Amino acid sequence: MRAQFVFHEVWIGLRRNLTMTVALIVVVAISLSLLGTGLLFVKQVDNTRSWWQSRVQLSVYLCTSSALGGTCAKNGAVTAAERTAIKNELLQTHDILSIQYVSQPQAVAQFRQEFADNQTLVKYLVKYSASQIPSSFEIRLKNTEADAAAVTAVMNGAPGVADVVDDTTLLDQLYKLLDGARNAVVVIAIFLLVAAILLVANTIRLSAFNRRRETSIMRLVGASNFYVQLPFLAEGMIAGLIGWLVATGLLIGAKALLLSSLQSIFPLGVQLSTADLVEVIIVAMITGLLICGSTSFLTLRRYLRV
Amino acid sequence: MIHFDNVTKTYANQGRPALESVSLDVEKGEFVFLVGPSGSGKSTFLRLVLKEERPTSGRIHVAGKDLARLTNWKVPHLRRRIGCVFQDFRLLPNKNVYQNIAFALEVIGKPRRFIRKVVPEVIDLVGLEGKRDRMPDELSGGEQQRVAMARAFVNRPMILLADEPTGNIDPATSIGIMKVLDRINRTGTTVVMATHDAAIVDSMRKRVIELEYGKVVRDQSRGVYGQAY
Repeated sequence: MRAQFVFHEVWIGLRRNLTMTVALIVVVAISLSLLGTGLLFVKQVDNTRSWWQSRVQLSVYLCTSSALGGTCAKNGAVTAAERTAIKNELLQTHDILSIQYVSQPQAVAQFRQEFADNQTLVKYLVKYSASQIPSSFEIRLKNTEADAAAVTAVMNGAPGVADVVDDTTLLDQLYKLLDGARNAVVVIAIFLLVAAILLVANTIRLSAFNRRRETSIMRLVGASNFYVQLPFLAEGMIAGLIGWLVATGLLIGAKALLLSSLQSIFPLGVQLSTADLVEVIIVAMITGLLICGSTSFLTLRRYLRV
Repeated sequence: MIHFDNVTKTYANQGRPALESVSLDVEKGEFVFLVGPSGSGKSTFLRLVLKEERPTSGRIHVAGKDLARLTNWKVPHLRRRIGCVFQDFRLLPNKNVYQNIAFALEVIGKPRRFIRKVVPEVIDLVGLEGKRDRMPDELSGGEQQRVAMARAFVNRPMILLADEPTGNIDPATSIGIMKVLDRINRTGTTVVMATHDAAIVDSMRKRVIELEYGKVVRDQSRGVYGQAY
């Protein structure tokens, strides 16, 4: 095995069809970085989803004297008996992780805290309509996706219940948007990967044509298939590797600029870690090498028969 | 060394076989001329020996190996024992004499020290002393053919196949080429040379196998070119 000789041949091959090589590198780089971005997106969305899954709540708001929703208008503010009935109903019928009663003063305190940076609003509300902030049951279900709708249906219209708010319905909107964006990125990446495959095949074909003299002599003097094919194989792989390196740079940039600014709309607990980035980069490398390597190999079988 | 047993080769889309029921033996160390008009099957014979083609029927043994039972994977090893020279030289135009010859050894993975030792020896053998750094386009046809012969012989093959090696070379220069082939033959290498060149065949007085329409019409030791006509 003459490594130096093989590398020399590879270098000649890459230089000879420089334009194709550059095109190949660019396409591989872009497709891999898009694929990587898609994967980062998937991770981000999944992380966010599981973060919310453990926090998502059903809020059962109880009637106040002035509330109009549900049975409130007819029955007026919730009574202690109604409250107990609601709680028992919830505890009995569904798989509930936790149930917490938020009394009116607690709700007001929470409101103050959440809108601490808008003192005008707080002052106004506390002064004129603190009594309209309802007390509530904050419920965390064991299996939100399955049970949320059922609980909502039962609670809506129960005596003393003003309204049921399911956080998941709010999140679903966001997820739809994110999933759509992610799918678009992945689809584009797949198209580009197909383009990359065709380009690899074409580059190898050109290269085989350019070096048909050399390869015919190699076959004639009894060079093993491995020796004949290795320079071409290495050519595809090296172009793939360079493309991957460029993609790695792009991915690091994309994470720093795009996703990080996107992350400001996500809760703090779901930052993408460096480990996530490294994982995605490794996946991109394996994809790139596999695509370039296997395409080169298959093309060679067609154009360099013994 | 080369054993053909009732070999027929018909190419696809061609009615007449290129070789038909050819049976012959070439012994180790022999020098054989393969003569006959164009299309008589000389090149097909050589391609079959190299396993570039497979016979339609019949059996071929080369260097003790049954080619039908030789896997594709082993074909390169067969070819390392066979040197080849062509009418059109087939040198690499961007490599000089030394590099062209060394290339044949590099691609079969020989160590560099070995290459440095044997390439100058074979350059001397074919009579190209002092021309190792010339490019092919700086050489005459005869000199280019010597480079090709050096490349074919540098790995000390058991068989040397020459397909009209003097076809592009003037008669005076051809004599030099034949001397080199003779020298190679004297090292014990079996030489099979396909040719049209009557003068050369007549002057060498070696075994002559004549093909016509794919059939062996004459096989005589110490023969001449035109006896059958």
